[in-house]
Amino acid sequence: MAAQTLYDKLWASHLVNEREDGTGLLYIDRHLLHEVTSPQAFEGLRLAGRKPWRIDANLATPDHNVPSSIAERRAGVAGIEDPVSRTQVETLDENCAEFGVLEFTINDPRQGIVHVVGPEQGATLPGMTVVCGDSHTATHGALGALAKGIGTSEVEHVLATQCLIQRKLKNMLVKVDGELQAGVTAKDIVLAVVGVIGTAGGTGHAIEFGGEAIRALSVEGRMTVCNMAIEAGARVGMVAVDQVTLDYVKGRPYAPGPDTWDQAEAYWGTLYSDPDAHFDAIVELDAATIQPQVTWGTSPEMVLPVDGLIPAAEDYTDPTHRVAVKRALEYMGLKPGMAITDIQLDRVFIGSCTNSRIEDLRSAAAVVKGKQVASTIKQAMVVPGSGPVKAQAEAEGLDKIFTDAGLEWRAPSCSMCLAMNADRLGSGEHCASTSNRNFEGRQGYGGRTHLVSPAMAAAAAVAGHFVDVRVMVDARESV
Amino acid sequence: MEKFDVLDGIVAPMDRANVDTDMIIPKQFLKSIKRTGFGPNLFDELRYLDVGEPGQDHSRRPLNPDFPLNHERHQGASILLARENFGCGSSREHAPWALLDHGFRVIIAPSFADIFYNNCFKNGILPIVLDAQVVHELFEAQHATPGYRLIVDLQRKAIERPDGEDISFEVDEFRRQCLLHGHDDIDITLEDADEIRVFEQEYRQRAPWIFAATGS
Ligand code: SF4
Repeated sequence: MAAQTLYDKLWASHLVNEREDGTGLLYIDRHLLHEVTSPQAFEGLRLAGRKPWRIDANLATPDHNVPSSIAERRAGVAGIEDPVSRTQVETLDENCAEFGVLEFTINDPRQGIVHVVGPEQGATLPGMTVVCGDSHTATHGALGALAKGIGTSEVEHVLATQCLIQRKLKNMLVKVDGELQAGVTAKDIVLAVVGVIGTAGGTGHAIEFGGEAIRALSVEGRMTVCNMAIEAGARVGMVAVDQVTLDYVKGRPYAPGPDTWDQAEAYWGTLYSDPDAHFDAIVELDAATIQPQVTWGTSPEMVLPVDGLIPAAEDYTDPTHRVAVKRALEYMGLKPGMAITDIQLDRVFIGSCTNSRIEDLRSAAAVVKGKQVASTIKQAMVVPGSGPVKAQAEAEGLDKIFTDAGLEWRAPSCSMCLAMNADRLGSGEHCASTSNRNFEGRQGYGGRTHLVSPAMAAAAAVAGHFVDVRVMVDARESV
Repeated sequence: MEKFDVLDGIVAPMDRANVDTDMIIPKQFLKSIKRTGFGPNLFDELRYLDVGEPGQDHSRRPLNPDFPLNHERHQGASILLARENFGCGSSREHAPWALLDHGFRVIIAPSFADIFYNNCFKNGILPIVLDAQVVHELFEAQHATPGYRLIVDLQRKAIERPDGEDISFEVDEFRRQCLLHGHDDIDITLEDADEIRVFEQEYRQRAPWIFAATGS
């Protein structure tokens, strides 16, 4: 057989049939649901009198609208203050109950951001096709799965047929060789990648992330990288299966038990791109040259190393870029030539499906330990990605480190990543955020988002402005 | 889904690249559990001068006079002219729902984000990719001509300009047929229900853990 990429293998193994025009009917193994993109799909099923095709393929949890305030969470769904948010969460509960879908409800210890929950529970596994009505579904590709975000019509389609009508994507390899410097993380890798290929660079492609620096990442770090594939325009991001993946999966609640583990492991061991497989595009980066990254504009591709200077519109030759840069500078209230480290911050947000797993929290805690959030920062919050992450962090005493340093410790939700609950920026406020999108208004009307790693966000909280986390950590260690 | 055959409509411009789905429909409006009613909040932050919240009386909100969709000459527009990477960002289908609710059935751009492009077809909107230079010329012609209209013919896969010139475009044949006939994807897929079952049987042998992984 001809050499295949990981994507080719996953595609072929789930193909029910292929039409003459090249569209394929792809079988879906796991369907994740949340409250924002599912109500209209359930409604569609009801109207057409259809039943879910394979009920146990589905798993739901509310995350976008769920309050992160621990006090507001105590009363469960009824305690959600915003009535419109409450209705949406209630609607998910009702739909799941009516159709028999397994749901981790608001105060279930397993509840959390859907992309944190799936892998954590072993509900998403290597080799699976995973879909969710959410563009950051590519996160699950970190396990060697074919995972992609879909719209609500497709949510309904998957519920009703367990399949999707798809066209095969092109293959892109992003190869990051070499070794990361200390203090540089998975988030910096992916921000650097988006900076290089641009927000539309991966359009129409499935991106496989490979190379030494990716192999050296934990599964959590790989999830951070795959999570932002969509910020490079790709619906699919993936990492090949290796021992790190297998060790991560083993023993999780919904992972294969002893009766099927060996069979699963043997299959998963084949989930990598053959050495001479063909990629339509290859992008190579040297990990050693990647610095901590900070976005300065209103698109994730507007990113610079922490020691960079804000660009001017005139630095760009392409007229569309020029207009975009000019508008971004205005929106962000930044002047060309200004140092990234001179950007004063109002708020800090550590959380989101990009960076709310235990290793993210550990890395932020290591930076703020024994320090204080700068007095000029109005609010710095840490929002763990799931109940189990929260419990683990508390068992390790991380919550104490954060609160001692003046950061708020909150309950699992999407929170200020998109400000659908009460957590949001005021107009004109600058925020160091570990989330994935810095679009205008994303974190609140007029809010100014700067995307960074958890360690960089923590360092910025202490300094009150951006600072190279490597300098800060060295300083601490030399005391 | 409403059929799409030929559309003769007014063209409105959205002259910026990378228009993201947060811009098309800000998140505070995603809390609705319906598919309709998003039209008044299309491009909310650009269109109004105040901050939009669900449940407002939109007719009383201050309009941004600089925003093209607010201009008299673009009222009733059904064709949106856009720039590169239109619809990037989230998978929210609320974006095409808002466009449709406002009356847009066609979006013309040099490129679209994948999920958005796909979502359009599911909702009876035809996204058309044209060469960047051609799009640029359309922007100029639109700008110069109040009441500028185009005729979009999906049968012929062509756009007819006021001067009678045709611009042809490409569209996936399966999607074209679905739009032309207003077909529901789910019905089409369920025609293959037996094949799906056969696949599942074989797959269950190959990967039994997939079928044992969760149970409610
Ligand atoms: S954390 Fe942010 S990006 Fe992730 S699913 Fe929630 S809203 Fe979407």
